[in-house]
Amino acid sequence: MTAYTAPTRDMQFVIDELAGLADVAALPTFAEQDINLELVEAVLEEAAKLAAEVLAPLNHSGDAQGARLVPDQGVIPADGFADAYRSFVAGGWNGVSSPTEYGGQGLPELVNTAAQEMWNSANMSFALCPLLNAGAIEAISQAGSATQKALYLPKMISGEWTGTMNLTESQAGSDLSAVRSRAVPEGDHYRLFGQKIFITWGEHNMTANTIHLVLARTPNAPEGVKGISLFIVPKFLVNPDGSLGARNDVHAVSIEHKLGIHASPTCVMAFGDGEGAIGELVGEENQGLAYMFIMMNAARFKVGLQGLAIGERAYQAAREYARDRVQGRPIGVRSGDRVTIIHHPDVRRMLLGMKAQNEAMRALAYVVAAHIDLAHDHPDAAIRQRHQARVDLLIPVVKGWCTEIGIEVASLGVQVHGGMGFIEETGACQHLRDSRITTIYEGTTGIQAADLAGRKLNMDKGAAMQALIADMETTVGELGQAAGDDLATIQAALSEGVKALAGATEWILNSRDPNAVMAVSVDYLMLTGYVCGGWQMARAALAAQRKLMIGADPVFHESKLITARYYAEHVLPKAGALLRSVQSGGVSILAMTEEQF
Amino acid sequence: MKILVAVKRVVDYNVKVRAKADGSGVETANVKMSMNPFDEIAIEEAVRLQEAGKAKEIVAVSLGVAACQDTIRTALAMGADRGILVETDAELQPLAVAKLLKVVVEKEQPDLIILGKQAIDDDANQTGQMLAALLGWSQGTFASKVEIGDGAINVTREVDGGLETVAIKLPAVVTSDLRLNEPRFVKLPNIMKAKKKPLAVLKPAELGVDIAPRLITLKVQEPPKRQAGIKVDTVAILVDKLRNEAHVI
Repeated sequence: MTAYTAPTRDMQFVIDELAGLADVAALPTFAEQDINLELVEAVLEEAAKLAAEVLAPLNHSGDAQGARLVPDQGVIPADGFADAYRSFVAGGWNGVSSPTEYGGQGLPELVNTAAQEMWNSANMSFALCPLLNAGAIEAISQAGSATQKALYLPKMISGEWTGTMNLTESQAGSDLSAVRSRAVPEGDHYRLFGQKIFITWGEHNMTANTIHLVLARTPNAPEGVKGISLFIVPKFLVNPDGSLGARNDVHAVSIEHKLGIHASPTCVMAFGDGEGAIGELVGEENQGLAYMFIMMNAARFKVGLQGLAIGERAYQAAREYARDRVQGRPIGVRSGDRVTIIHHPDVRRMLLGMKAQNEAMRALAYVVAAHIDLAHDHPDAAIRQRHQARVDLLIPVVKGWCTEIGIEVASLGVQVHGGMGFIEETGACQHLRDSRITTIYEGTTGIQAADLAGRKLNMDKGAAMQALIADMETTVGELGQAAGDDLATIQAALSEGVKALAGATEWILNSRDPNAVMAVSVDYLMLTGYVCGGWQMARAALAAQRKLMIGADPVFHESKLITARYYAEHVLPKAGALLRSVQSGGVSILAMTEEQF
Repeated sequence: MKILVAVKRVVDYNVKVRAKADGSGVETANVKMSMNPFDEIAIEEAVRLQEAGKAKEIVAVSLGVAACQDTIRTALAMGADRGILVETDAELQPLAVAKLLKVVVEKEQPDLIILGKQAIDDDANQTGQMLAALLGWSQGTFASKVEIGDGAINVTREVDGGLETVAIKLPAVVTSDLRLNEPRFVKLPNIMKAKKKPLAVLKPAELGVDIAPRLITLKVQEPPKRQAGIKVDTVAILVDKLRNEAHVI
C-alpha cells in the first residue's frame, strides 16, 4: 500500500497557468477574499495534509470492511470514517466554495475542484458523502424558498447534516420519466410513498440528520418528465427553530453488495412504509426534473473529477512499485545487476501513459472549473453566457471522457504491478474496482455522449463547439511561433487532432439520421476528450517553455514538456482513428438484428 | 501572559535533501519548504495555552528571506495572533538568530518564549539555549510537558535516562520536543483569517545586530552510497573484515 501525496505542484501550475487564477480572482465576488496564488497554495497544502493523513489511510481498510446495515441501528460506516468526517467538517472543508452568507468559505470553484480531487484520490468512498451533500445543497440553493434555505443550508454547508439525492427507482434509471414514487398533499406538507434504489450514503450515523432530496409525482401530475416534483424529506423532521423533531418515515431497508466503493453505503430507501414520509415541496410542482438538472451538471462535473482522482492515486501507486520492484536486466544487457522495472521501456510507456492522461484530465477539468466561476460570477451578462456555453458543452466531456480514461489508467496501474496488481494487498485492484462505477452513475458514458452529440450540439447548431475549435486553432498558431523540436511535434499532432474534431463535428451536424449519430456518439465524445486534453497539454507545454526560458523550476517544467510531447505522439493520434469510426456512421452497428447478437 | 514563538522555514520533511553540486550547501531552489516540525509543536503548545486561558497573546517570529512570511502565515492560521519577520537574505547562524530574537524580545516583552528544540535542516539545537543565556532567563529544553503555575512553570524534559521535571521561573525560554503535543490540522476558515492578521517586517540593521556568520562551511556532501552486502564463510574472516575494512572493532 502506498501513501497518497497530493500533486500540489501540478495543481498550482494548472490553476495559475492554464485555468487563469488571476481572471477568477479578479471577479467582484471574490474581492473580499483577496485571492492570490499564495493563498491557494496555503489552502492546497492544508487540504493535502488532511487528505494524506486522515482520509487516505482509511481507503484500503474501508474497502476491506465496508459499510454495514445493522437492524435497529441503521448503517454503520467502516471504522474510522465517522472520526474522519468530524475532522473534515471541523476543518471547514465541506463548504470550500459555498456562499459565506450560509457559513461557507466563498472560494472559487477552481480552488474547490483541486480540493475535491484530493478527497477523491485519498478516499473515493468517503468523498462521495460530501459530494452528494453538495448536490443537495445546490438544489436547495437554486430552487428552495428563503425559509428552506435558512433552515437547511447552514447545517448542510457546515456538514453538521448531510444531504442525499433520491432519483433512481428500479424501473427508472437512465429514464427518470418512469419515476413512480407518490407525494400526497396533506395540509402544508406532503406524504411520500415509494422505494428508491442506489442512494449513496442514503443512511448513516455520522451526522445527527440527513436531508433527502426526492423525486416523486403528485396526484394528477402529467405523465412522463413533466409530472415530476422535487421534495425535501429529512430523516428527522426539523422544527422551525432548527431543532430536531420526530423520526420521519424513511428508512434504509438494505445496502448493496458492490464491485467497488465498499465503504460508501449504497442504500435502498423506503419512503412511507407506515403513515407516509413527511416532505416539503421544493420550488413548484412538476418542475422537479428541471431543478435536478441544475444540480446534475455540478454532480457530473465532480464525478468526472473522480476519474482523474482515481487515475492519480493509481499512478502514484504504480510509480512507487516500479521504482522498487527489481526484475530483469536492461534490454541488451546479459549480466550484472538486475534493475527496477521502471527502467524497462514498456513499463515507462505505461507510467507515462498514466501520467500524461492524468495531467491532461486535470488541465481540462480545472479549466472548466474556471469557466464555471466566470459563468456564475462575471459582472457582464454576455461574458457569463459565453462561459456558460463552454461549461454546458464540456461537462459531458469531463464526465464521460475523464471517467473512461480513469478506468484505463487504473487498469494500467494493475498492469504495472504485474501479478501483485491482481492481489488485493497492493491496493492496485481497489482503484480499478472503485473507478468502475464512475462511467455509470450520474449518467452513463452513453448518456453523456447523447447529451454532447445530440442535445448540446443541436442546441446552438454547433456554435459553442466551433468557438472551442477556434480557441484550439489559436493555440496551434502559437505553437507554430514557438521554438524547439518538442513544440513543433506537439503543434503537428494538435493540428491533426483539431482537424479530426472539426471533421467529426461537421459529420454529426450534417447527419440526418439520429440513430446513426447515437451509434457513434461515444466515439465522438472520446474524440472530443482526447483533443481537449491535447489542447490543454499543448498550452501546458507553451507555459512550461516560457518558464524554462527564465530558468524557473527546470525539473518540473522539463517533465511537463516531455509529458506533453508523449501525449501528442501517443495519445492524441487516437483522435484520427475515432474520426474514421464516427464517419462510418455506425452502419454495422445498426445493421445487426436483435437475433444476430 | 504573552508568548513569543520562533518559527523557521526549512526544507519540507518529506523532501529528499540533496547537496548542491559545488558543495556549498543544500539545494533549496524549487524545493518544497515548510515550517520546521518542532516549531509547529511550539506554536501548537502556545495555542493550547491560550485556549486554556493561560495566555493572552501569541506572537510568531521568523527570521530569513521574504518567503518566511508564508511560514508566519501558517503559524497565524494555527492560532498565533500576529507575526514579525526579521527579513534578510544573509545566512543566519544560531548565535545571530538568538541575538536578533533577543532584541525582538526586549521590544515585545513576552513572559514565555517557545522554540523548537532544533531545526530539521541544520540540527544545531542551540538557538533556544543561546537566547536564554543572552537574556539571562531560565530555560527548559526538550519539553515533553509544560504546566503553567503562578510565576513559574513545570517543564518535563526528555533526558537520556527518562523524564526530568524542572520548575523554572518566568520569564523563561522553553524548547519543544517531539512528544510535547500533536499539532492540529489547520482549518480552512483560519487560513482565510490569517491573511488579515498583522505581520510586521523588520531588518536586522534596524535592530542593531551584527549577523555576520562566525562559522565557515567548508563543504556539504551527500552521505556515501551504501555498498552491497557480502557473505563471509567463517567468523574469522568476519572479524578480520570488521577490524581491517570497516574499522569498527
